[in-house]
Amino acid sequence: MNRFHPKRKPAPTPRKPPPRPQGAIQSKAAWRHRLEAWQAHHSNCALESLLRLLRTPLQSTLTWLVVAIATALPATLYVALLNIESLGYHWQDSSQISVFIKPAAKTNAIDKWADTLRARSDISDVVYVSPDQALVEFKTYSGLGAVLDDLTENPLPPVLLVQPSTATTGAALESLLTELASNGLSDDARLDMMWVKRLEQLVELASRGVFFLAALLALGLLLVVGNTIRLAIESRRDEILVVKLVGGTDAYVRRPFLYTGLWYGLGGGLIALLLLALGLAWLEAPVASLAELYQSEFSLSGLSLTHSLQLILAAGLIGLAGAWLAVGRHLAQIAPR
Amino acid sequence: MIRFQNVTKRYATGQEALSRVDIQIDRGEMVFLTGHSGAGKSTLMKLIMLMERPSNGHIEIGGRDTSAIRRSGIAHYRRDIGVVFQNHQLLFDRSVFDNVALPLQVAGYQHSDIGRRVRAALDKVGLLHKERVNPVTLSGGEQQRVGIARAVVNKPALVLADEPTGNLDPELSAEIMTLFRQFNELGVTLMIATHDIDLIERMNKRVLQLAEGRVIAGGVPQ
Repeated sequence: MNRFHPKRKPAPTPRKPPPRPQGAIQSKAAWRHRLEAWQAHHSNCALESLLRLLRTPLQSTLTWLVVAIATALPATLYVALLNIESLGYHWQDSSQISVFIKPAAKTNAIDKWADTLRARSDISDVVYVSPDQALVEFKTYSGLGAVLDDLTENPLPPVLLVQPSTATTGAALESLLTELASNGLSDDARLDMMWVKRLEQLVELASRGVFFLAALLALGLLLVVGNTIRLAIESRRDEILVVKLVGGTDAYVRRPFLYTGLWYGLGGGLIALLLLALGLAWLEAPVASLAELYQSEFSLSGLSLTHSLQLILAAGLIGLAGAWLAVGRHLAQIAPR
Repeated sequence: MIRFQNVTKRYATGQEALSRVDIQIDRGEMVFLTGHSGAGKSTLMKLIMLMERPSNGHIEIGGRDTSAIRRSGIAHYRRDIGVVFQNHQLLFDRSVFDNVALPLQVAGYQHSDIGRRVRAALDKVGLLHKERVNPVTLSGGEQQRVGIARAVVNKPALVLADEPTGNLDPELSAEIMTLFRQFNELGVTLMIATHDIDLIERMNKRVLQLAEGRVIAGGVPQ
């Protein structure tokens, strides 16, 4: 430490160079001490910058909320997209071909055809819905029960619900559809897949939008945290000057501010997760009853544990980066004069 | 300990604060630095602290050529020099103890070591009983003594003091000077900038006199 202190070394020869060659063990110990002091300063800084934030709860909470809202917005959109996507898959899995049978067709002919279809490998299941069954179902779910009672005859055709096997996709599915439609018994065959494809395209587009929005908000966060840290640096100007004068390195001066930025980010990320969970809980009941109306077992899903941790980490890193920007720009300007 | 060879400092404004200055101060010396304001006292101190760099000439501190010290090395270099300011530069958001401990924390001393050294320094300036107090509650003389404790806690070989008694009455000034003399007797090299002619005469030490950026007396030991 004291490179030129005369009283420090009791050795008879003054100004002997530091005992480097024979001091391997000593210098190892010195390094260990320095490392320990460095670690101690890190944990000190981490704790102290957090306590400093908690000492001004109103101001810190405001910053945390800003970070939280800017994080929660893209996260919410992302979760919404995930849910819409899973909804799409949900229905795509259950994609079935409805084969409308000519009303004149005989029941045993239909049964025979259904049996041959069931035997095929590209079809996993075939269900026959007679006009009577279809009418009962329609009465139950359409809400037009009383009106339908007035009908003198059943207008609904018999239907075969053909469930293609999971391996049957794309072109195979299309050719199966044409084959079913061209059979003598069938009037028409429908596979309502177009909307699933369109949904996929829309989700793709929307996820790009979300990404763009997230990037914009991250930039905004960077500036918000940077500005907050700039103010913190200004308010501790005297302390920085003194620390620099008594031999504090740039890294030493920088450290507490970097931790402050990290805490802003992590805290904001945590609050964002809470906001997201609250929103999901609020929507859960209406979504469940809506799903019930559509005879679906769909339920809202939130972020997984990994994704939640990633969200907090990302917010923390953005906070750290914002602090780094501010510190890099402003600490150099504060030099003892 | 301090060697200036033909040192000139010209500021960007064109003003020449020091012109062709030659100074030599030996290890263990106690030297007063006097001169009217604007004579170059502060510039000289700033050059030693590497807060400024000379426009010309050569400065050697403790046997080290300061021009070889790069920006990243300045922090470590300053740990070997204690500084006492006229306005003492204490931090009022922490206790006396924490103020004095600052140079040790910065230099990465261990916790137990810090406690021992801070108390030793406070004991020397007679303020051990005030270690838990906030310095804002102390008198001017006591605050300056805390500043001195902070300057010597690291056991630096060189202590610079810039008008350390500027705001104090004669009695307190004498007290501060006695403290400096004690440190000097322990082997610390001291350079004290002051206006106080009476005080200087009583101390009977070398006086380095500056006028308009030039050394007019006492540049080298007799």
